[in-house]
Amino acid sequence: MGSPFDINGGACVAMVGKDCVAIACDLRLGMQALTISNNFPKIFNYAPSTYLGLTGLATDVNTVSDLFRYKVNMYRLREERHISPRPWPTCPVLAGINQTTGKPFICGFDSIGCIDFAKDFIVSGTASDQLFGTCEGLWEPDLGPEDLFETISQALLSAVDRDALSGWGAQVYIIEKDKVTQRLLKGRQD
Amino acid sequence: MPGFDFSNYNRNAALHARGVPLPKATSTGTTIVGCIYDNGVVIAADTRATSGPIVADKNCEKLHYIAPKIWCAGAGTAADTEFTTALISSNVELHSLSTGRDPRVITCMTMLKQHLFRYQGHIGAYLVVAGVDPTGVGLYTVHAHGSTDKLPYVTMGSGSLAAMSVFESMWQPDLNKEGAIALCSEAIKAGIFNDLGSGSNVDVCVIEKDKPTQLLRNYEKPNERGEKERNYRFPRGTTAWLNQKVISKEDMKKYVTIETLSGDDNLAAGEKMEVDV
Repeated sequence: MGSPFDINGGACVAMVGKDCVAIACDLRLGMQALTISNNFPKIFNYAPSTYLGLTGLATDVNTVSDLFRYKVNMYRLREERHISPRPWPTCPVLAGINQTTGKPFICGFDSIGCIDFAKDFIVSGTASDQLFGTCEGLWEPDLGPEDLFETISQALLSAVDRDALSGWGAQVYIIEKDKVTQRLLKGRQD
Repeated sequence: MPGFDFSNYNRNAALHARGVPLPKATSTGTTIVGCIYDNGVVIAADTRATSGPIVADKNCEKLHYIAPKIWCAGAGTAADTEFTTALISSNVELHSLSTGRDPRVITCMTMLKQHLFRYQGHIGAYLVVAGVDPTGVGLYTVHAHGSTDKLPYVTMGSGSLAAMSVFESMWQPDLNKEGAIALCSEAIKAGIFNDLGSGSNVDVCVIEKDKPTQLLRNYEKPNERGEKERNYRFPRGTTAWLNQKVISKEDMKKYVTIETLSGDDNLAAGEKMEVDV
């Protein structure tokens, strides 16, 4: 029996660019070494330009994303405004642009809520060791949205190709002040 | 505080016995130090956060605010040091509001040790508490199980032995402010270079009688990364993608009213808290 963090597999990464952020995840859902689905996105949208990536045990990914959707909806009804990307201690990778200041923002959490504010990139999932390596090598400051897309995509694809538990396609969101582009990447299916 | 729930303890012990590993928490395998001088106290910390053998954060903050003239350096489980100091900071503020006096370091240390002792070491916070109050200068260490020490110079964390070797060979009883800062910084550097759990930069906090507290974030950066000689930027179109969906503000205007706010920091309409004066 493996650790609950490694049973279903999956990887997620977020990066900061110039006036934009990108967040990407793989699409695999597995049971140990057996792949169950190649269409299991791990990024969830909670407000215009606020995205949350969750990795770990799939049942908890579903539970946390649903619970968080409920909390965000209740917040919006109560406060009559959207949430801004700011830390909320339940989630592993958060990316977005603050709608009032226009500043890009990313942060990550460990499973008990310790926050990692980064000005470069955040990684999580079973391929996190590989992602640390690829991101450290490929990331550079002030990448524009199109260049940031290439960098985050190549960092994620290279990392998940070296992780048996992640991969099977990937999804990337490039978040700009008033535009979000979602792309489905062509990835290895083995 | 709701407290811990031990109802899964037996299940987890059984799973652990069958080889299921514990989840990894970010820990600050750390060097933190403190040193008093003639007119105040200095605390310092390194800035590396680790998760097992992986460096999770290369420039994290381990100096925590308790009150304007009481600060805390934290080692151990990162989330525990973060939230324990935040909780005690709130209680210290409420206490000083209700007594109408400036908070004391010994009060803060007592609140911390009683909180940590109640949780029998399950809250993995190892702290150096320092500050200046009406009774004078205070410097204490608090261990996760609730024991405390009061000394003129202290070290904690995985790099405590390396840091203590610097204090034991270089500390003098009549240090001034500059000497205390230099000594603490040197002790942290001993941890950064000799302890694998510590690394990156030196953060320093100086608390002095009748002067505003100084937080010297990244006081020294002995491990700055060199400029990359080449870049690995990919030509556009390198990554093959199958389809894309664009959500733009223009599309959203069909469904909701959108108004653009100015980038003025003071504005942040609706996000400002109303304060009763």
